[in-house]
Amino acid sequence: MTATAKNEEQAPEGAPEGAPKGAPKGAEVIQVRDLVAHWGPRKILNEINLEIHEGEIMVIMGGSGSGKSTFLRHLMALERPTSGSINVLGRDIGSMGVREMFELRKKIGVAFQGGALFSSMTVGENIMLPLHENTGLDRMTMEIMARMKLEVVDLAGFENLMPSELSGGMIKRAAFARAIIMDPKILFCDEPSAGLDPVVSSALDDLILRMRDAMGMTIVVVTHELESAFKIADRITMLDKGDILFTGTVKELKKSKNQRIQNLLNRQTEEDTLDPDEYLRRLTGEELGKGAAP
Amino acid sequence: MPEETQNSVIRFTEKMGRYTVDAIEELGIYGALFGESVYWIFFGARMRQPVRISSVFAQMMEIGIRAIPIIALMGSTIGIMLAIQGIYSLRIFGAESRVVYGIALSVTREFAPLITGILVAGRSGSALAARLGTMTINQEIDALNVMGINPVRYLVVPALLAMVVMVPALTLFSMFIGMYSAGLYVGVDLDIGMAAYIDQTIDILTLNDLMHGLGKSLIFAVLIAIIGVANGALVKGGAEGVGKITTRAVVQAIIAIVITDMLFAYMAIQ
Repeated sequence: MTATAKNEEQAPEGAPEGAPKGAPKGAEVIQVRDLVAHWGPRKILNEINLEIHEGEIMVIMGGSGSGKSTFLRHLMALERPTSGSINVLGRDIGSMGVREMFELRKKIGVAFQGGALFSSMTVGENIMLPLHENTGLDRMTMEIMARMKLEVVDLAGFENLMPSELSGGMIKRAAFARAIIMDPKILFCDEPSAGLDPVVSSALDDLILRMRDAMGMTIVVVTHELESAFKIADRITMLDKGDILFTGTVKELKKSKNQRIQNLLNRQTEEDTLDPDEYLRRLTGEELGKGAAP
Repeated sequence: MPEETQNSVIRFTEKMGRYTVDAIEELGIYGALFGESVYWIFFGARMRQPVRISSVFAQMMEIGIRAIPIIALMGSTIGIMLAIQGIYSLRIFGAESRVVYGIALSVTREFAPLITGILVAGRSGSALAARLGTMTINQEIDALNVMGINPVRYLVVPALLAMVVMVPALTLFSMFIGMYSAGLYVGVDLDIGMAAYIDQTIDILTLNDLMHGLGKSLIFAVLIAIIGVANGALVKGGAEGVGKITTRAVVQAIIAIVITDMLFAYMAIQ
């Protein structure tokens, strides 16, 4: 059975659209309450509410400028919200001190869009860095752990190469290895498929599913790749202009009658779906039949 | 006053106001960065985030040891130049034998710290800004944060400590090489032996002169590190942004060094 088919079969019927649904079984590991975020004077997120459950893969989708990357940065505690709260693993990250934040971050892994590997270090050193800085382990133990994680992401034997010697897909896999080196409870992935060909992209999706199944971690993925999202998601949250448009399973998303969701799913712009008269009216700013400007 | 002139005056005042606010804000960032660095130096170990000595040594190697050839070249050139100009000027009064005073005091109090500061700003301050800028753009700083590694502790403090140790050390080296090179020229031109030249230099210089030069270089070290790092962290845009902040960091550091030098010289003689 394919991952997509599996996910679709999990979807419960009859749940109201917009409310958290699907089949989340574990405890809530992330709770977002009335999150408002600004970028300078501009409001990016508008009273976001969301729960993410233990062991699920939550995909956050949306068009460019929808606020998904800002939302992810808030979940990773890289930004402070204007208002609202974010609870991660039972703690409000807004009220955490420096030491508590260090402790929390040991339980979180992040795979950045570009990998964010340190160019002055080998792949192995990159992967060992969180262990080196956060634990008192000896070097040999760290090397063994790094090799194990590299095997998980199918990069065994690459530990002595520099990041500049790796392909785009390999860099992303190395970034995954670094993200999971501390065996995190939550893994955040920012656009894992961006810039990759479909084959490599599909392999990364398989890797995400495998990591969840093998390590039981909660995974939050931000992506705009529909195919990838449908393959890996237990639930999808769709953001639009700073608001949550939809939260639910893949099957529910596909069934949604919401025009904006359908536009995103069908890769259509809003103008594509407009009535020609309405489109003309918007272009000219005039009411039809009342005479357009000369 | 015509309306157009009035508007341009308002626009100019607005612009000046904005620049002033930006400059004060940036000074605040520099101060905060320095404060946070000091915090991690003293409390890092207690927070289970100690500053790695190996990182400090790696930076010392880069900032200090690898700069020795260029500092030697510049130090000796400045020393010889001072000797040439000093002898030429003093010969007008028939006092060329007094050139050692000028060389010893100007190299120790002024030229060695200033030239070393400017060279380190151009060489290591720019490298620091470019490194931090590239890391910011590549999300490597974010990566450090989410790995529970404080970027100030991990990146800034080693560079700051290395600067604080190596800039005065390079200044001291520059002082010796500058005075020695000047001594070689003076020996040839005025027929003064090296031993006599060194004796005279030791008689002229006091500990206060030495501390004046080294004290200045210590402040220059902090300025170069903080300006380099802060500019790197404030980068916007891609590779072009990194290029811009690198230039900006060097220009700012050199201006800061020269102004500090002037203030230090003024305050030291009061």
